[in-house]
Amino acid sequence: MSAVIESNHDDHHHGPAKGFSRWLYTTNHKDIGSMYLWFSLIMLFIGGAMAMVIRAELFEPGSQIVSPEFYNQMVTNHGLIMVFGVIMPAFVGFANWMIPMQIGAPDMALPRLNNLSFWILPAAFGILLSTFFMEGGAPNFGWTFYAPLSTEYAPPSVTFFIFSVHIMGASSIMGSINIITTILNMRAPGMTLMKMPLFVWSWFITAYLLIAVMPVLAGAVTMMLMDIHFGTSFFKAAGGGDPVLFQHIFWFFGHPEVYIMILPAFGIVSHIIETFSRKPIFGYSSMVYAIASIALLSFVVWAHHMFTVGMPIAGELFFMYSTMLIAIPTGVKVFNWLSTMFKGSLTFETPMLFSIAFVALFTIGGLSGIMLAIAPADFQYHDTYFVVAHFHYVLVPGALFSLLAGAYYWLPKWTGHMYDETLGKTHFWMSFISVNLTFFPMHFVGLAGMPRRIPDYSMQFADWNMMVSVGAFLFGLSQLLFLFIVIKCVLNGKKATAEVWEGAKGFEWTVDSPPPYHTFSSPPSMETLKA
Amino acid sequence: MNSTKRSASKLVLMTCGMFCFGFALVPIYDVFCDITGLNGKISGPTFTSYDQAIETREVQITFVTSNNNKMPWSFKSASPQMRVKTGEDYLMNFTFKNTTDKPMIAQAIPSVSPGRGARYFHKTECFCFEQQFLEAGESITVPVKFIIDPELPKNIASLALGYTLFDVTEEFTNLQALN
Repeated sequence: MSAVIESNHDDHHHGPAKGFSRWLYTTNHKDIGSMYLWFSLIMLFIGGAMAMVIRAELFEPGSQIVSPEFYNQMVTNHGLIMVFGVIMPAFVGFANWMIPMQIGAPDMALPRLNNLSFWILPAAFGILLSTFFMEGGAPNFGWTFYAPLSTEYAPPSVTFFIFSVHIMGASSIMGSINIITTILNMRAPGMTLMKMPLFVWSWFITAYLLIAVMPVLAGAVTMMLMDIHFGTSFFKAAGGGDPVLFQHIFWFFGHPEVYIMILPAFGIVSHIIETFSRKPIFGYSSMVYAIASIALLSFVVWAHHMFTVGMPIAGELFFMYSTMLIAIPTGVKVFNWLSTMFKGSLTFETPMLFSIAFVALFTIGGLSGIMLAIAPADFQYHDTYFVVAHFHYVLVPGALFSLLAGAYYWLPKWTGHMYDETLGKTHFWMSFISVNLTFFPMHFVGLAGMPRRIPDYSMQFADWNMMVSVGAFLFGLSQLLFLFIVIKCVLNGKKATAEVWEGAKGFEWTVDSPPPYHTFSSPPSMETLKA
Repeated sequence: MNSTKRSASKLVLMTCGMFCFGFALVPIYDVFCDITGLNGKISGPTFTSYDQAIETREVQITFVTSNNNKMPWSFKSASPQMRVKTGEDYLMNFTFKNTTDKPMIAQAIPSVSPGRGARYFHKTECFCFEQQFLEAGESITVPVKFIIDPELPKNIASLALGYTLFDVTEEFTNLQALN
């Protein structure tokens, strides 16, 4: 009897709608995840093109290709797009695809909100990019948009910038509400919090960070808007306001923001390293506590970005020590990854290569972070290329490499096809070499005093800058290879098995590759993970 | 489904709370700076008396005047420096001149450095407590009266009082139009 009912049910069961409306109206977490990922890949190439313009201008000293005004617009929008348009949406894409599948839920808890939070993103970036065609040009005040540079001295397009930041914030907040609600309410029976996959844990904490700080950013841009148009004086010294206040509010958002861009990376890399070491992750609970303590500490370190504004010694010491404290949980994570690999039966497929590179190069970025945390030394490093080298090391071979690793790791699951391993490895080695060629010499020119955000430089920095530019062009090219690999995989990759990787653990590997449009309509049992 | 609604509404509340917190940072920051005297901000004329038991000493005061952005007025102190005894009243004159051919309103914003010394710099009278309105070509000389607190930390041997002059003509006329 029940068999009859089920087959009837199958007749009614429908897959995705056809055509564009499928994507416009979809509430399916897999569809929305894919859209997030494609969106961030497109934005990667737009933001990357801006980086190419910057490096072309800096290829040789002197004013070469673009005007200083346009150079400023490139620097600003490169930063904004890479942060808000690439890294963050890509991680949300991973969250959409993987969180329901890793916790055995049929979909996200609030599917329509999910659709909305994706579809307002293209609107936000449409507005931001449209400012290039406006009178006075696009925002040119740096991605940190310090007032009064972004208020009194800003181009008229700043109002559009403010609205686009509002929309991006709304998108992230809605996404986070959805993720937390899903994790809290839709886990498979028996999956207690301390049995959740680490990627889920990392996003659980990241989503709380987003909810805590994105509204503060929204507040900051709202104050800017009021200063510009409604005659308030939040940041205007003439009216009793204070420009330094802007920096405090911005970095109260900004420092948790940088962890928002790295915590999900920790989750992805943990899964990949355990799979290709064929060992469970070393120190699971310490990993969870480390993520949580990094997140908590991120709220009390913000002023290390502004040591040079003139703080009392006590303030500098507080922010210096609290910043250095973050090295401890981060160190716990790094050593846990190393211990997971220790005596494991390692194989080096592309996701693993990217993950090992992540551990090594992210640590370099972390160590230069400790250097920058030293308040007296920071007066030398502040606003030089050393800072640029530092945050690119944690964001490119850090966050971006983890995204690439995760993409290679789950691509067979998403598409049902294997990617081309030889091409994948080629992509890795090209990226690995060029990323270091691009960002490592920036340490040297930074320590020697080359300031950031300036379209020209003194002769003594010429050789290193040329090398950096060559590295950057090569890195840009390597990412086109990635696009080719993804398209090739989707179109005619080898058929992938359900498990894909030998010894991969987790609910996502118990369903077919590609997974059916609706997975886990009835929750899976934790027993299936024990095998 | 109810539990989903409950978690979602809690999170929405949190979002609203943090949005308000962003704005609350503005007064928190002002109060914090006021208490600690950071940022070289000086509060109004509150000083009345001090502990006579503390020995007085000499301190060097430097006066710095500067114009914000394209503010065209000329703005100078009568002398660039003076030596003062702590605990005694002093006066320094500042001269403003509107060098343009139209009436303007200006606001001078004070700042004391080192910031640690700000709370020991007491002004009993200052042109910076209000706006200056000058007709085209008009000039005016106004005083600052101040006392340096004898409790000024021993390691501060000199203080700088800086004024930045802002053009607030537009803001001020807008404000009056509103009223």
